[in-house]
Amino acid sequence: MTPSSDTSVITDGMNWLQHQHNRMIVLMVMAAVAMEIPLVANNYILEVLTNAWFYTILCLGLNIVVGYAGLLDLGYAAFFAVGAYTTGILTSQFGINFWLTIPAAVFCSMVAGIIIGGPTLRLRSDYLAIVTLGFGEIVRIIARNLEITGGASGLIGIERPTFFGIELSQGIHFYYVFLLLAIAACFVSYRLQHSRLGRAWQYVREDEDAAEAMGINRVGVKLYAYVIGAMFGGVAGSFFAVKMTAISPETFTFAQSVLILLGVVLGGMGKIPGVIVGAFALVLFPEVFRGFGSMRMLIFALSCSSSCSTDLRASGPGTKHEG
Amino acid sequence: MSTLDIILQQFANGLILGSFYAMVALGYTMVYGIIKLLNFAHGDLYMVGGFVGFLILSAISGLLGESWTTIVCSMVLSMLAVGLLGVIIQRVAYRPMLKAPRLSILITALAVSMILSNGVMTITDGEYLAFNTDLGYEGLDFGNVFISYTQLALVISASLLMVILYFFVNKTLYGKAMRAIAIDQDACKLMGINVNQIIALTFFIGSSLAAAAGVMAGVYYGSLHFSMGFVIGLKAFTAAVIGGIGSIRGAMLGGLLLGLLEAFGTQLPFIGSEWKDVFSFGLLILLLILKPTGILGKTEIERM
Repeated sequence: MTPSSDTSVITDGMNWLQHQHNRMIVLMVMAAVAMEIPLVANNYILEVLTNAWFYTILCLGLNIVVGYAGLLDLGYAAFFAVGAYTTGILTSQFGINFWLTIPAAVFCSMVAGIIIGGPTLRLRSDYLAIVTLGFGEIVRIIARNLEITGGASGLIGIERPTFFGIELSQGIHFYYVFLLLAIAACFVSYRLQHSRLGRAWQYVREDEDAAEAMGINRVGVKLYAYVIGAMFGGVAGSFFAVKMTAISPETFTFAQSVLILLGVVLGGMGKIPGVIVGAFALVLFPEVFRGFGSMRMLIFALSCSSSCSTDLRASGPGTKHEG
Repeated sequence: MSTLDIILQQFANGLILGSFYAMVALGYTMVYGIIKLLNFAHGDLYMVGGFVGFLILSAISGLLGESWTTIVCSMVLSMLAVGLLGVIIQRVAYRPMLKAPRLSILITALAVSMILSNGVMTITDGEYLAFNTDLGYEGLDFGNVFISYTQLALVISASLLMVILYFFVNKTLYGKAMRAIAIDQDACKLMGINVNQIIALTFFIGSSLAAAAGVMAGVYYGSLHFSMGFVIGLKAFTAAVIGGIGSIRGAMLGGLLLGLLEAFGTQLPFIGSEWKDVFSFGLLILLLILKPTGILGKTEIERM
C-alpha cells in the first residue's frame, strides 16, 4: 500500500466518524470490549487497567478545569484527597455505610472547591496556578498533622463496601466499578461540553473580555468549572479509599497533581477521547518502561514536554490570548 | 532563655532563611518582570546549583583543601554553570513558546521542572548527599544568642550579591535595557536593543543567583536532596509576591520578610514547626486575595 492511499483511508475514517451515530457505534464497541477484558486478562493486567480507568476519571475532572475553562490547576490532588479522606474517616471512625459517604465526599470536595476557587478566580491565570499549588500542599500537610486523618501513617483498615450482598473485594469488582465510573464521567463531560455552560467556558477560555461583554458571568462560570472538577475528584477519591483500604498523605503530593495534569495535556486538552488516551498513557507508560527503573519518570517527562511543545506550538499564534 | 534572647535568636535565623528566599525570589521576579513567565523550573535550578556546587567542591577540595576559598570557588563556578543551564532552558523551551497561549508556556515550565528534578533523581538515585565542608562551629556568642561564622558569611555574601545585582540593574546600560524590555518589548526592538540577548542575560543572572543560594543552602544545612527545590521555589514565589512581583527591591524585602515571619511564626504557641509551610502558603493565598500587587509592586490595571 502506498502512503497516499494510507492517508486516504484515515481521512475516510475521519469523515465516517463525523456522524453522530457512527461515533456512538464505535463507542459502544469499545465499551463492550472494555467490559469483556476481565474474561481474558490476568490479575496484573486487570490491576493496571483499573488504575487506568481511575486516572481517566481524575483526568476528565481536571480537564473540565484546564481544558474547558482554561484555568491551570496545580493542586488537583487536594480534591481527590478531600474525597478519599472524607470516605475514609466516615467509614473507619464513624462506621457509616460507604455508599452514604459518597454524597458527603462530593459535598466536602465542592466546599473545598468553593473555598479555594471563590476568592482566587478573580486573579490572573498564573497566580491561580501558584495558589492552587499552595492549596494542594496545605491540604496534604493538614492531613499529615491532624489526628483524625491518622497523621503521617494515614488511615488504614477502611472497610470494603458491599453491593447487594456482594463484598467488593476482588480486582474484577473494582475493574467494573471504575469502568462504569469512567463511562459516567465521559457522559457527564460530554453533556457539559455541549451545554450552555460548556459553551460559556470555551468563550471565557478564548476571550474573557468578549465573554463578559456578551453577558457571561466570568467569575461565576469559572467557579462552576472549578467546583464540578472538584466533584469528579471527590468521587474518584471516595472509591480510591475503599479500593486501597488505606490512604496516606503521601498519595496526594504535588507530583500526583502534575501527573494528572500531564494526562490531560498529553492526549489533548479539552477533548474527551484525547484525555482518555492521555490517562492510559500515564498509567501504561511507567508499566512498559518498568525496566528502566528510576529513569522512567525522566523519560516520561521528556516525552511529555516534547509532545506538548510541538503540539501547542502548532496551535500557538492563532489562539493567542493574553492572561 | 529570656524572651528578648528568643526574639534575637529568631531574628538571626529569620535573616538567614530570608536571604535564601530573597536570592531565589530575585530570579522569579526578574524573569517575570521581563517576559511575564512564571518559571516553575526556578526552584529546581536552585537544587541543581547545590548539586553542581557539591560536584565542583569535591573535585577541587583535593587541590585547594577544605577552606573558604574552595567554597567560594565552587560557588562561583556553579553560578556560571547553572546560569548557562538557565540560558539553554530559555533558548530551547521558552523562546519558541513566547507567542503561544499563557497556559502552554506554564505547562512547558512545569515539564522543564520535572525534567530537572527527575534527572537529578536519576543521577543521585534519590539519595541524600552529605555536603561536608568542615567549617567548625565557632561563632559570635552574645550570651544566649549564638551566630556562627558560617551564618554570618552566608548573610554577608547574599547581601553582597544582591547589592551587585541592584547596581547592575540600576546603573549599567544592560540593566537599563532590562528595565526597558519589561515596559515595552516592541519599542525596545525599534530602539535597537537586542531583546533576545537581554532576555538570555536575565535568565543567566536569575539562574546563577538561584545556584548561589543552592550552594549556600548546601553549606548551611549540610545535605542535598533532589526534592529540595520544590518547597523553596514555592516559598520564593511567595516572597516575590509579598514584595510585589516584577520589583527587584520588592523581592529582597519580601524574602527577608518571609524568612522573619516564618522564624517568628514557629514560635507562636499554637503553630509548631510542622505547620510552618501551611503558615507561609496561607499567607501567600491571603496576600494574593487581599493585595495582589504586593508591598512595592506597581498598581497596574490588569486585563484578566
